[in-house]
Amino acid sequence: MPERTATIASRSGLHARPAAIFAEAAGESPVEVTIAMAGSPADDALDAASILSLMTLGAAKGDVVVLRAEGDGADAALDSLVTLLETDLDAE
Amino acid sequence: MQNFQGVGVSPGRVIGTIRQMPKPVSEPPSGELLAASTTAEEAVAGLKAAAQSVHDELKARADKASGDGKAVLEATALMAKDTMLLKSAIKLINNGSSAERAIWEAGASVSEMLHNLGGYMAERATDVLDVRARIVAELRGVPAPGIPASDSPFILVAEDLAPADTATLDPAVVTALVTSGGGPQSHTAIIARSLGLPAVVAARGVDEIPDGTEVFVDGAAGTLSLEPTEEHRTAALAWVANAATLAVFDGNGTTADGHLVPLLANVGGAKDAAAAAALGAQGVGLFRTEFCFLERDTEPTVLEQAAAYRGVFDAFPGKKVVLRTLDAGADKPLPFLTDATEPNPALGVRGYRTDFTTPGVLGRQLEAIAIAADETEAEVWVMAPMISTAAEAARFASMCDAAGIKTPGVMVEVPSAALTSASVLRHVGFASLGTNDLTQYAMAADRQLGPLAELNTPWQPAVLRLVQLTVAGSAEEGSGKPIGVCGEAAADPALAVVLVGLGVSTLSMTARSLAAVGTVLKTVTLEQAQELARLALSAPDALDAKAWVRAKLPILEELGL
Repeated sequence: MPERTATIASRSGLHARPAAIFAEAAGESPVEVTIAMAGSPADDALDAASILSLMTLGAAKGDVVVLRAEGDGADAALDSLVTLLETDLDAE
Repeated sequence: MQNFQGVGVSPGRVIGTIRQMPKPVSEPPSGELLAASTTAEEAVAGLKAAAQSVHDELKARADKASGDGKAVLEATALMAKDTMLLKSAIKLINNGSSAERAIWEAGASVSEMLHNLGGYMAERATDVLDVRARIVAELRGVPAPGIPASDSPFILVAEDLAPADTATLDPAVVTALVTSGGGPQSHTAIIARSLGLPAVVAARGVDEIPDGTEVFVDGAAGTLSLEPTEEHRTAALAWVANAATLAVFDGNGTTADGHLVPLLANVGGAKDAAAAAALGAQGVGLFRTEFCFLERDTEPTVLEQAAAYRGVFDAFPGKKVVLRTLDAGADKPLPFLTDATEPNPALGVRGYRTDFTTPGVLGRQLEAIAIAADETEAEVWVMAPMISTAAEAARFASMCDAAGIKTPGVMVEVPSAALTSASVLRHVGFASLGTNDLTQYAMAADRQLGPLAELNTPWQPAVLRLVQLTVAGSAEEGSGKPIGVCGEAAADPALAVVLVGLGVSTLSMTARSLAAVGTVLKTVTLEQAQELARLALSAPDALDAKAWVRAKLPILEELGL
């Protein structure tokens, strides 16, 4: 299954506005994307399109997360979501 | 023409159409099952449709909002159709639960999870509960809870408002507040005065008026009239003109004959303080420090506190800032200080008394105040709330001394402190009368209860007598220690004159009221104020005291105050 790692760049971590922007983008991708903290079992992965899941994940700035997806367009979707995570969304 | 009589708590005369605040969404009964006529698939489809429409409505509001409000609304909109929330609700529906009960329980568990994470996430826990209530309202086909969203101005009618409603109350849209419950010291009254909105509370029957009805509201007289007359229209127009002059305070509180009465502001944080300074406040008479930390589950650090206090001090360089130590308990619980299970919180461990049960918090707060005071040019005075005895005053003064705070004082809100003010004042440098609590305790009337509104007014001659005794205690003590008033009483221009006549040396109020109080005070001499004080003290009840004093101050009627 295609997967990518990404380092959270937003100052406030994956909360608030950055979480909302990311969840919305994940919801719009053609495939289902999951998110987990790096090193945690794939079974614990959460729905990346769920803002509440993202908030309970509690990823802070500098934390590394793993995104996974399967199906047509998974690679492209993951790439664009990684870019989003590695951008400081609080700065915009 | 039909009139509804309530208690006027914030002056102003306006005409507008009313909107009723929907009643809070009630909890679907525990164990409520799917109706026999509904399949699980239908219930799931209904839930998804309701969630989608709540999402769309919140999203539409987010698109029109800006700044922090926009970010919060966007996040809340996404929560409405969140897969985590909906999946757990759908699971419950498939197990036979009704859709309403399912989303209620799913929301509760997600909210608890966020709450347990603490910090920012815990603050979002209430957003999940708000979304849940909105979805349930949508499923039931009733209006969404909270202040109605509207582009056109309206007069808000509610049972009572909660402090949290302030955040969503847009004074550009809501032109007046009328409640069927609440009292003169209720949150509705405090919110209205701080926003400068005309308001009437405890007006029985107003919750039956249909949405869209045109009414006239007089916040000074405490009336709401159906079918406004030509006279009402003229009065509303005149108020608009008066409001412009009453918006500016010249920063000089004085009677007609030059007796100086500094007019100070009540503030809850740096933002309030800056606004108060801009409105001409001559200092701060009450800095409610607990307002910096109301949403906190844990005690803020000394440095965090110092930074928050500094923000207020810096707005008033060279001026007096009277800070009140944490007044937690009763209607302002702080999880790290108060026991929410007390049967009688107003008479419980609150204010200064929390130092008996949670020692250390007050000492650290005093340390933080000393740090902030050192770094600023404001003249910092510090007082403890809910002091009942001279021994407590002495102990607080020695704690302040140990922290390096020069001017300790006490709040006089418990009648015992008023009755023994000479011995209380021997230990501290000043006292400030908190008339809201002093009234509630003197009259044994809960300040939030609408049916007790008539008892719960600082115009009660018994309350005025306690003010007089506190001032007399200072004279007996002999070193001229100042007695201020920092309750809502000081914001009533007529009562402010009476308080000055009783010998009060400063008045502290919501900054919006400074101009009105200053304008009226300038029309009387100290001797006239003393005469009005005697008149009020001699009245048999609060209604007469108010009516007699107002009759001698014709400027009030002229200005619509």
